[in-house]
Amino acid sequence: MAMRRAIGTQIVERWSSGLRCRSMSLCFHGIEPAPKDPILGVTEAFLADESPHKVNVGVGAYRDDNGKPVVLECVREAERRIAGNLNMEYLPMGGSIDMIEESLKLAYGENSEYIKDKKIAAVQALSGTGACRLFADFQKRFLPDSQIYIPVPTWANHHNIWRDARVPQRTYHYYHPESKGLDFASLMDDIKNAPNGSFFLLHACAHNPTGVDPSEEEWREISYQFKVKGHFPFFDMAYQGFASGDPERDAKAIRIFLEDGHLIGCAQSYAKNMGLYGQRVGCLSVLCEDDKQAVAVKSQLQQLARPMYSNPPVHGALVVSIILKDPNLKSLWLKEVEGMADRIIGMRTALRENLEKLGSPLSWEHITNQIGMFCYSGMTPEQVDRLTNEFHIYMTRNGRISMAGVTTHNVQYLANAIHEVTKST
Amino acid sequence: MASTTLPLASGASAICNSKPKIRFGGSSNVGHLLRKERNSPLFTTLSTGRITMAVAVNVSRFESIPMAPPDPILGVSEAFKADTNSAKLNLGVGAYRTEELQPYVLNVVKKAETLMLERGENKEYLPIEGLAAFNKVTAELLFGADNPVVQQGKVATIQGLSGTGSLRLAGAFIERYFPGAKVLLSSPSWGNHKNIFNDSRVPWSEYRYYDPKTVGLDFDGMISDIKEAPEGSFILLHGCAHNPTGIDPTPEQWEKIADVIQEKNHIPFFDVAYQGFASGSLDADASSVRLFTARGMELFVAQSYSKNLGLYAERIGALNVVSSSADAAARVKSQLKRLARPMYSNPPIHGARIVANVVGDPVLFNEWKEEMELMAGRIKNVRQKLFDSLSAKDKSGKDWSFILRQIGMFSFTGLNKAQSDNMTDKWHVYMTKDGRISLAGLSLAKCEYLADAIIDSFHNVS
Repeated sequence: MAMRRAIGTQIVERWSSGLRCRSMSLCFHGIEPAPKDPILGVTEAFLADESPHKVNVGVGAYRDDNGKPVVLECVREAERRIAGNLNMEYLPMGGSIDMIEESLKLAYGENSEYIKDKKIAAVQALSGTGACRLFADFQKRFLPDSQIYIPVPTWANHHNIWRDARVPQRTYHYYHPESKGLDFASLMDDIKNAPNGSFFLLHACAHNPTGVDPSEEEWREISYQFKVKGHFPFFDMAYQGFASGDPERDAKAIRIFLEDGHLIGCAQSYAKNMGLYGQRVGCLSVLCEDDKQAVAVKSQLQQLARPMYSNPPVHGALVVSIILKDPNLKSLWLKEVEGMADRIIGMRTALRENLEKLGSPLSWEHITNQIGMFCYSGMTPEQVDRLTNEFHIYMTRNGRISMAGVTTHNVQYLANAIHEVTKST
Repeated sequence: MASTTLPLASGASAICNSKPKIRFGGSSNVGHLLRKERNSPLFTTLSTGRITMAVAVNVSRFESIPMAPPDPILGVSEAFKADTNSAKLNLGVGAYRTEELQPYVLNVVKKAETLMLERGENKEYLPIEGLAAFNKVTAELLFGADNPVVQQGKVATIQGLSGTGSLRLAGAFIERYFPGAKVLLSSPSWGNHKNIFNDSRVPWSEYRYYDPKTVGLDFDGMISDIKEAPEGSFILLHGCAHNPTGIDPTPEQWEKIADVIQEKNHIPFFDVAYQGFASGSLDADASSVRLFTARGMELFVAQSYSKNLGLYAERIGALNVVSSSADAAARVKSQLKRLARPMYSNPPIHGARIVANVVGDPVLFNEWKEEMELMAGRIKNVRQKLFDSLSAKDKSGKDWSFILRQIGMFSFTGLNKAQSDNMTDKWHVYMTKDGRISLAGLSLAKCEYLADAIIDSFHNVS
């Protein structure tokens, strides 16, 4: 906010006579180059590197054991069925009904009473980002006094999203650097100390960037305390299926909250678990008290989307609904998701073992304790810079390793490099 | 949410620090809730063993949220779908239909998709600014590949979510970097323009455009209002095939518009949603944009491939910002990316690939030009037939020739809201309440029926 005002002031100051810009080049004169996005900028740098040893463990996009992007078989099959056949008419404003239905089943449970009773307001969204942004805008418009509690650390773009939606942010304790696990006591304190009825952003599974998830018991505790305080839980679920390999298991936190009677919000993404990154497919849902309210809330979510992009893109939504509605394709998908999760779990084990074999003085058990695509290594920005500059290993400066980028071919190299930069710690 | 008994997490060890969790009268938050309200919808009970306590159930915060009104344009299709009358006609949303009133997937699009399927390309994230191949061809299509602004790198192009998304990015950019600057919209304009600038928190006002008396352009009013606007305003111009009126300035008028914009140091902001659809020629339809660019003006252009490549639901378009130096263009592009990231991170890939394949391949591009001419041609024929039917059937002597002068997908009939309602209620003709009909949704076969409906509504309803 302050920065925006500062840039505005800069520009206004140039127009001392009260006139507006004399030409756009003068107006654009005050426009600074934006800093590189901390996550997507890493890939750009990686692509520009010509070293044959380079390793990209930056962005959270799954790679196979050859370091290649993967298009799932079930997705290819779905696309064969789509190509050139269906027309490209605008989807309804809320998006593909089929995709939404299937998404709700995944998140809330196949036989959820809330789905049957039509109590969930849900719209197709531009992947997880779009779902979070729609919810943030919705919060701003209808609950203008609310703020959002965001865990420390979190996916960097969460801050951008709620900031651009102009919803004030607070943080809550999450990661415990000493144990490289969950700072549960401080987390609970923050929940208790927040004003009643606060909005909390929770990572449903496979926390990004730390890979540290609450246990089932801890989730129950959190849910209980949320009830006491009347807090609103907003789940960002970007990795359902990717964490444990089992989508039902990965939805456990959400199910606990639903059992406890919470009215939740949920952002879902198919970027990772269906490998549909570039298609931008996701779903935003808000559980309401009754079907009438759900209809009203949905209409307002559509109203927010209309001046942003009118209606969401069809292709990815078609892929998702074809897969999830066809029992054979769905079980193929489940197998493929499990395969991806298993490969990552295997790489976690391999990386840890390699580091231990090298005689690292540090403990690396957090690598296998953590879950999902990311490992919060505990390395400092300076150590990360050394990894990049000396070893051509690309990752975000917070020490987050995307395990999806680790392969049997590069795990030793990676372990060596990490050991090199950390052995004197 | 009736009261239910919630089992507490099993096992005392699950509770942090192994201290008993239930405290009676402890926290002031909880204390006043300690009543056994079994049947109150506001309370539920938690019990462990024989200890029961009441905690407030989440009462929804969304209780007071009103139902949003149906979208004036997209809502029309939804109403049409619900209508069971066999004579129904959807002239609402601007989506091209064949003579059989079926949606149309262009042959070049099918070919491109087949190619893409064969290549088996991956679905990785695009960069925030979108597919590079797409950005290159879209700027070339708009400005011309040999245009100096393209050659000299003065255009910042970023893939956007069709026209809407591109306009919204521009709105966000204007709000952030030109605080207080106003956007001027034509009166009337596409209904969603004002929503976009409202939600971007950019102030807007209107310039006169449509003259109901002549059913043509109020050119003097337009020039006058543009002159009146505070210096440095953004003037939103429809590059071709004005929506909803179908009335475009002549080349001479465009020159004068450019004059007054330059005089007032305004910034031209083009919305180009129908390139190719207006006249049938992609180049001719870009002439207004090229005229302004040739004068060395800095400007914004939002593009959409929804109509001209039939890629409606793929949401593919672009925002182009022409600045006076390559350095400024690079900086502008970087800031546009920063605005896009918290909106959707990166744009959808499918439509971008289709466009890049069609526009980037000489064979497919030529085929596209032919299909474009066919689509635009069908609409011209329908205009003619509608005009002929109206002239033949209407005995009042009213001059319907404005239908022939209007250009693009739409015709602005001049019907008011009550008359438009009559079109729908009595004749099951779905259109927007501003009197706009989408000729893309009209077949030659239905022209006579439509003429009857229009004549009835015009003369018998006020």
